[in-house]
Amino acid sequence: MPGITREEVAHLARLARLELKDEELDHFAGQLDDIIGAVARVSEVADQDVPPTSHPLPLTNVMRADEVRPSLTPEQALSGAPAQEQQRFKVPQILGEE
Amino acid sequence: MADLIKLTAAEIAAKIASGEVTAVEVTEAHLARIEAVDEKVHAFLHVDREGALAQARAVDEKKARGEKLGPLAGVPLALKDIFTTEGMPTTVGSKILEGWIPPYDATLTKRLKAADVVILGKTNMDEFAMGSSTENSAYGPTGNPWDLTRIPGGSGGGSSAALAAYEAPLAIGTDTGGSIRQPAAVTGTVGVKPTYGAVSRYGMVAFSSSLDQGGPCARTVLDAALLHEAIAGHDELDSTSIDAPVPAVVEAARNGDVRGMRIGVVKEFAGEGYQAGVMQRFNESVEVLRELGAEIVEISCPSFDKALAAYYLIAPSECSSNLARFDAMRYGLRVGDDGTKSAEDVTALTREAGFGDEVKRRIILGTYALSSGYYDAYYGSAQKVRTLITRDFEKAFEQVEVLISPTTPTTAFPIGERADDPMAMYLADLCTIPTNLAGNAAMSLPCGLAPEDGLPVGLQIIAPAMADDRLYKVGAAVEAAFTARWGHPLLEEAPAL
Amino acid sequence: MTVTELVSYEDALATYDPVMGLEVHVELGTKTKMFCGCATTLGADANSQTCPTCLGLPGSLPVVNAIGIESAIKIGLALNCSIAEWCRFARKNYFYPDMPKNFQTSQYDEPIAFDGYLDVQLEDGEVFRVQIERAHMEEDTGKSTHVGGATGRIHGASHSLLDYNRAGIPLIEIVTKPIEGAGERAPEVAKAYVAELRELIKALNVSEARMEMGQMRCDVNLSLRPKGVEKFGTRSETKNVNSLRSVERAARFEIQRHAAVLSAGGTIIQETRHFHEEDGSTTAGRIKDNAEDYRYFPEPDLVPVAPAREWVEELRAALPELPRVRRNRLREEWGISAHDMQSILNAGAVDLITATVDAGADSASARKWWMGELARRANEDGVEPAALPITPEQVARITVLVAEGSLNDKLARQTIEGVLAGEGDPDTVVDKRGLKVVSDEGALGTAVDEAIEANAAIADKIRGGKVAAAGALVGAVMKATRGQADAARVRELILEKLGVEG
Ligand SMILES: [Mg+2]
Ligand SMILES: [Zn+2]
Repeated sequence: MPGITREEVAHLARLARLELKDEELDHFAGQLDDIIGAVARVSEVADQDVPPTSHPLPLTNVMRADEVRPSLTPEQALSGAPAQEQQRFKVPQILGEE
Repeated sequence: MADLIKLTAAEIAAKIASGEVTAVEVTEAHLARIEAVDEKVHAFLHVDREGALAQARAVDEKKARGEKLGPLAGVPLALKDIFTTEGMPTTVGSKILEGWIPPYDATLTKRLKAADVVILGKTNMDEFAMGSSTENSAYGPTGNPWDLTRIPGGSGGGSSAALAAYEAPLAIGTDTGGSIRQPAAVTGTVGVKPTYGAVSRYGMVAFSSSLDQGGPCARTVLDAALLHEAIAGHDELDSTSIDAPVPAVVEAARNGDVRGMRIGVVKEFAGEGYQAGVMQRFNESVEVLRELGAEIVEISCPSFDKALAAYYLIAPSECSSNLARFDAMRYGLRVGDDGTKSAEDVTALTREAGFGDEVKRRIILGTYALSSGYYDAYYGSAQKVRTLITRDFEKAFEQVEVLISPTTPTTAFPIGERADDPMAMYLADLCTIPTNLAGNAAMSLPCGLAPEDGLPVGLQIIAPAMADDRLYKVGAAVEAAFTARWGHPLLEEAPAL
Repeated sequence: MTVTELVSYEDALATYDPVMGLEVHVELGTKTKMFCGCATTLGADANSQTCPTCLGLPGSLPVVNAIGIESAIKIGLALNCSIAEWCRFARKNYFYPDMPKNFQTSQYDEPIAFDGYLDVQLEDGEVFRVQIERAHMEEDTGKSTHVGGATGRIHGASHSLLDYNRAGIPLIEIVTKPIEGAGERAPEVAKAYVAELRELIKALNVSEARMEMGQMRCDVNLSLRPKGVEKFGTRSETKNVNSLRSVERAARFEIQRHAAVLSAGGTIIQETRHFHEEDGSTTAGRIKDNAEDYRYFPEPDLVPVAPAREWVEELRAALPELPRVRRNRLREEWGISAHDMQSILNAGAVDLITATVDAGADSASARKWWMGELARRANEDGVEPAALPITPEQVARITVLVAEGSLNDKLARQTIEGVLAGEGDPDTVVDKRGLKVVSDEGALGTAVDEAIEANAAIADKIRGGKVAAAGALVGAVMKATRGQADAARVRELILEKLGVEG
């Protein structure tokens, strides 16, 4: 199992929207390399014919009726907003898709 | 008044019900204790003096009206700062949520209020419950009341320390990899991780959704059971909530008994890395159980040796997704919004400033484990390990009714010792993690002090899913035997604060 | 906006073979959102239909809407899909401010419905089978308004405002397999497919599927390969093409654009494209490099969905007649041409005519009113015929009044006018406006006598055998009776009185 490079950590940080500082990148790259080295042993079972467990309980089909429940008031919804305008969340300019 | 803080929850409730004391008196005694010692312990992030007294007054008024009081009415409680509380700050130990006041109550918060439990405030924790020492709190560490230079365990160190420091007779924790049991073990208190799905997760800020479970923390097994009963039960707002009656945990706690019971000792939880004094106290516990009439069987769970590895893939993976919502758009911290930066940049700057190192490490690790090309080798394999561990448990529970082990390999370590050594820190949860992966129930309760450092050692009892009552039955028997042997509860040996 | 020098459509098709993939998102018409109990009412106050769950507040959890699942299964069945015996939701992880959790709760490798097809009929009657890859459940995002830039565009905006009322509304995403072999008819197939899908969704009563309201949105993926080559070319993904006409135009434009790039020796970049309603062109959006990594994994907060086979079979048995089958049946019953049927379809009048016939009208009259007078009015008012304030029952009543001779066409039109004006049901309007045909033979006879007397010259011509001249006298009588006479009867009376055989 390969380790992890500083460049990979930088790429992952971008994917995860973390603006890491240079010294953090160095520091984390070393630590993550150790951790990944340790956790990579799970791949010993990669070839085993074992079903994966995504949920610890064997529950299925938990559903709710299509009935309206009270929403928050707009004031409650916006109560934690860093900025608001016209009863909407005000956010910095969005780049990308229209 | 000083005696009020040493009472158990059951005793307090009885005295309030009989009119011997008022809920307000009890609450004031605990608020005074917090005032006196919490500067040193730092168990609380937020104390809600007014709210607590108002709740207490309501209980006293109920009593005055002759209304029947519930089994925990008027009993103070310390709530881990991971459950939302309408109108009361909820930080999850993170800068990113500093000052956030949720517009809604968690289901657990609602149930506590409905049970007339008095919520004293919110307790310190490792940021987003990631850690085993409470050192990862953005608001500074909590001290272990047994030795303030040592960690109180984590992530729920604040809750357990509050119990050990007599700041509250009851507390709530959450356990993703041991965050209720490990703090209980190192503070000489009781902590229970119920079966996954027994306690609603609605309003409990998610770390790792398939592992997280809220549960009771207390100083006695019976108190834990009373709290367990108050918070457990089906919740239609949580799709993973179990729709079945809660096991009779209080009845079990009142009838501790292990006679004729087959109890398994997990062979894999021993050896290198286990402190001698911890193993000594554990072996004594095995003897006590034998003397009490249990049959002790050695059990092997061969897949447990991969549990830690699987856990440190699954939990970071889920957390990388769960914590994506902290993006500076709708609530919480916003950094760098100077009118020129994009939303994308503001999100990245805010997350950089708002998350601590351990959270960032786990987000990156989880992002890695889920990324295309690595998914099968890491996340996929970890989920297979999960199946193998569940099968180990199933096989074990065909032979025995409960399993036992030390809760942690060592006693409380000094604050700072493992702070920047993640792998060393992760070892603290070696014995507790398999239970989270399989979803079954477990308890930690005190079994003595390690001779070499005089610090508490925890005994872990593990039961099958939905057999939480067995924990209490065995735990109550062990607790009674040890208390008789020591002549008093273990906590009495803790140095005065 | 620079537009690529396009190759003519004919030239493009002479060299290349188009392959299409269509991804359609349908907003379900459930009362509540997919994972929380918030209402889905359109046009509500900003952020008034939100809760901890659809705002992604810390601690909140999703619970699946049962009707969301049922609707997905119905759509899957109607598309001839297999329905999963067991499937899970998955998280699609990417950051965007309109998505509160920064992951979309969707489905990944275990869609609820898969491997189906939809037969679509082109205007000339040819049936083309479109293979369906999958239909899966997911949730909509919030809505952003961009402030400070030109015309609310994202570019140049100083900031954006977010309303999360739409966040969490259930979506079904329906994805076709690559559509091959349509050749020059590819744009037409694309349009017909989306039209058919819309009819189907409406027939299933799971959504109103109004494209202009964004309740149904289509992405058109298109690539070209040189004729005779098997391997697909690089595709472009034109996003949010939101009308039937636009779907056709977008496909057509992309065929011409791809052909131009390829013919000039260039390569197509895999990217998203934006469609422009004004001129039918597309422009480049985001490049789809491999950095995009959604890190899908099973949603741990939701348990698997395992629809019981009995339930699936119940839903299958209760499916309505499929639109294409129904259309063909009605066309035969009504005895009209494919072209006429298409016009009725385009006018959105099939259900109205059917309901009018069900209420007692003959199909020819029902068609006549809905496709004539009422279609004209709807067009004038800029609404769908169904939105006119007149019911099929009322239209049927009017056709009955005409058939029994109580109204003639002119009076019927006035009656319709009255109903549309809110004056009441047809009988009330007829009463109030005094619109009954004058059938009193005495009164009519007098009117005819007066007309003959006043137009002696014309009457003579008729007596002399010029029967065609009777029209002028009929006109005079109709005028005198303010149109309230049966013109055919008036003509009979005139000829009778003048002793001429009709
Ligand atoms: Mg989609
Ligand atoms: Zn909602």
